[in-house]
Amino acid sequence: MSKCHSIAYPYIPNSTARAKEEMLRGIGVEDIDSLFSAIPPELKLNRPLNLPEPCLSEFELRKRVTKILDKNTSANERISFLGSGCYQHYVPAVCDEINSRNEFLTAYSGKAYEDHGRWQALFEYTSLMGELLNMDVVNLPTYDGLQAAATAMRMAANITRRNEIIVAKAIHPDKFSKALEYNRHLLTFKPNDFDPHTGEMDLSQLEQAISPATAAIYFDNPNFFGVIEANGQQICDLAHRHGALCIVGADPISLGILKPPADYGADIACGDIQSLGIHMQFGGGHAGYIATRDEEKFVREYPNRIVGILPTRAAGEYGFGEVAFERTSFLARESGKEWLGTMANLWAITAGIYLALMGPQGMVEVGRAITQRVHYAIQALSKIKDVSIQFPRAAHFREFVVDFSRGTKSVAEINRALLERDIFGGYDVSGIFPKFQNHAAYCVTEVHAKDDIDTLAQNLAEVLA
Amino acid sequence: MRERHYHQARWNEPIICEMGSSGERGILIPPFETETGRGSERIADIPETIRRSSLPSLPEISQVEVLRHYLRLSQENLGAGLIPDFGMATSTMKYNPPINEQLTRNPKLTELHPLQDEATVQGILEIMYQLEQFLKEISGLDRVSLQPRGGSQAIYANIAMIRAYHAKRGEQAQRNEIITTIFSHPSDAAVPSAAGFKVITLYPQANGYPSLEALKAAVSERTAGLFITNPDDTGIFNPLIREFVETVHAAGGLCAYDQANANGLLGIVRARESGFDLCQFNLHKTFSTPHASGGPATGASCVTNALADFLPTPTIEFDGEKYYFDFDRPDSIGKVASFYGVAANFVRAYAWIMAHGADGLREVAQIATLNNNYLMEKILGIPGVSAPYAAEQLRVDQTRYSWQKLTRETGLKITDISNRSVDFAMHFFHSHHPYLVEDPATLEPTESYSQRDMDEYVAAWARIADEAYRQPEIVRDAPYNAPIHQMTHGEFLTNPDKWSPTWRAFRKKHPDGFAENN
Repeated sequence: MSKCHSIAYPYIPNSTARAKEEMLRGIGVEDIDSLFSAIPPELKLNRPLNLPEPCLSEFELRKRVTKILDKNTSANERISFLGSGCYQHYVPAVCDEINSRNEFLTAYSGKAYEDHGRWQALFEYTSLMGELLNMDVVNLPTYDGLQAAATAMRMAANITRRNEIIVAKAIHPDKFSKALEYNRHLLTFKPNDFDPHTGEMDLSQLEQAISPATAAIYFDNPNFFGVIEANGQQICDLAHRHGALCIVGADPISLGILKPPADYGADIACGDIQSLGIHMQFGGGHAGYIATRDEEKFVREYPNRIVGILPTRAAGEYGFGEVAFERTSFLARESGKEWLGTMANLWAITAGIYLALMGPQGMVEVGRAITQRVHYAIQALSKIKDVSIQFPRAAHFREFVVDFSRGTKSVAEINRALLERDIFGGYDVSGIFPKFQNHAAYCVTEVHAKDDIDTLAQNLAEVLA
Repeated sequence: MRERHYHQARWNEPIICEMGSSGERGILIPPFETETGRGSERIADIPETIRRSSLPSLPEISQVEVLRHYLRLSQENLGAGLIPDFGMATSTMKYNPPINEQLTRNPKLTELHPLQDEATVQGILEIMYQLEQFLKEISGLDRVSLQPRGGSQAIYANIAMIRAYHAKRGEQAQRNEIITTIFSHPSDAAVPSAAGFKVITLYPQANGYPSLEALKAAVSERTAGLFITNPDDTGIFNPLIREFVETVHAAGGLCAYDQANANGLLGIVRARESGFDLCQFNLHKTFSTPHASGGPATGASCVTNALADFLPTPTIEFDGEKYYFDFDRPDSIGKVASFYGVAANFVRAYAWIMAHGADGLREVAQIATLNNNYLMEKILGIPGVSAPYAAEQLRVDQTRYSWQKLTRETGLKITDISNRSVDFAMHFFHSHHPYLVEDPATLEPTESYSQRDMDEYVAAWARIADEAYRQPEIVRDAPYNAPIHQMTHGEFLTNPDKWSPTWRAFRKKHPDGFAENN
């Protein structure tokens, strides 16, 4: 017996010689290798895998991984103004307390008999999101906001039996490229400009673009520049006049103070829930929601799980199950809607806890807290020489674009200088929005104190001087 | 064996929307102080047309009660941490070590923004790069993308790369068919279909896998590729897999190995030796990242050099000194998901592989297979239960059983059996449709479970079979020890006038609650 077989692996109860012998005897085979006798020898790897020496003790493992992670400098060790799709909001301790519980972490797909708590927590998430969005149907999350937008567009095309989507250009470029790539064989896209002065949708271009082939108009509110789109109703009305739907991407954290898309006519709302109590995790905290009215033709187009509540044999009990499951690939394989798979339920449970903690007042206050800080930051940065704010007259939420093009330094140079001063500057959008050479998207949330913004302004002034 | 007196928590918690009372708060928001006192409320800047006019109807609940509510809900679950969860075969419900959870809760991971300067994220990039090297070796393929946020999304990345490959050769329009097998995961059919491909499905012979002749009849100049598991859901290894791959290659197609679950073959069989061009590993299966109530997950997409240019953007590179992203990849299929995927899962999978090493991974595969065959030997001793296909043959890491004989003889349904299993803290899933194997239950005991665990599971099934033949009503009315009683009104999920996807929908459709249904 080789050395490795003498190790009792802590994660493998039956790695002991006694267990192996007893079980092999039970099966009636000679040795472990005989278990794989159905596999032709030429398909087997005839050498050990070439992997590093393992850290067999937990102590060594912890030391090794921690040493590597220690090379990171995280946003909370500095002052960060990065947003652009991933946001540094405060994560209430109760969110982490619950989502780190082994009971939720290791559950998967039991029915409500096995996993009643998981089902109820997920139903509560969709119910709380429904209140925030004023919509009656919310999916269990898809992978992220990009997939939610791409799927929402496909749903709209299936519902309207049309295949053209008008997409606002003022969305995250990754969202646009995902929607395009994902739907390339089904849909055509007409990008719609933003007004150069307001940053909002160019309505005259939109009126020109809409046609009897238009399945939906898609825009984000607030958009990639943090600009709040005030003409949502006009846009939705225009879509409806042409028999099209309107899809609005909305970050739920804005909905304590901003109207939910349904209130200005949106047929489908979608977006990412990372803002709701989920750590940034280098982009690992995303999950996508899709919400609609409770109409059968909408519900039947969802590819994702939809939780429904139902009675049990006992009075007063709540049971849970899957609504209209026959539409999914788990029942219909290639004839189902897109596909079902493991997506992002733990973040749905977490977002539900966040909304339960925040309540209506908390959502209003966090919205106000963000707008106050954005306003203050815009004022503070506007005073710096060679700095101006793109779309200065627009109402902003959480993000705004700073124009450094009058100065001599590039955003890359500015951000390097800020990094030396322990500040993560805004995201350089020069490459992705050619109109905005030497512009950066800055983000402030409720975690930023006045001092943080003052520190940014002071350092920017010094860097640019 | 010690008799277990299991009864799950039954808190009968209200729906959270029914909780709390006016004015209660779960958490407060940090104030914003300026020289002139409290910051002015810039909410006035928001145009009237877009300002929310009424408060959202969220509940108002103290923190105490929110925590208690969710702790109670957490008790009403049966996850892999709490039970030997081998009734979810194909999903590889294995042990999720707490050390990996602690590592991922490090603020140097949780508080990283994905757009930070690369100099500030060298640690996580190193983990990603090293994990990619491990998966290259484990698959035998040449490049890896960790970006897909689930196994099915990795299948999507793989079909998108196959499409890009054929497009580059001017054959995209012609090659519009994907071949799969009925015992491959539903996503092997559904995802290519969602990407616009026609799907051809092969059915097994008595030996459990399709004939080579059937595949030869299916391939043509229209074949874009093959998406296949091996072993598939039956646990039967297709020994002709290399011939399958060669047949598809000869027709000009590419072959993708669905290794969502590679647990029985780690270090034993690789995509490379069978000739595959692509594969995907679900880190939440074989590599032990927790299933997390259904995600977040990671599907690692692995490809040969011939497909490397098409990988999702960005890739992670190392120049000998520093790790960096490469965004300049003109042939790439682009972003499959936000940023770089689920970073915490990269740390967990890295740690899990490092806790095993080459010998340990082989031990995982061997014990997973040993466990499955030990379990199968015992299960087949239960009256009314069989394992269709390839009789007397050993299986790899899982086996699909059929309760058909018992249901025919007793009039019970497979759901009755699974409902009764819950009373013994056992769980099994009815397997994916269609039910080619009637009344199926697919078990995968992985390496994480002991002989004792398996003996206990078998004893519970044997007892249920005994009840089924002698007192079927006991089984039919189950469960008794679960958080709730049997759900009998399926129309609440299928009838649009009755279904309620949210509490607000429920209040509208059923203002009197379930009164008339209890």
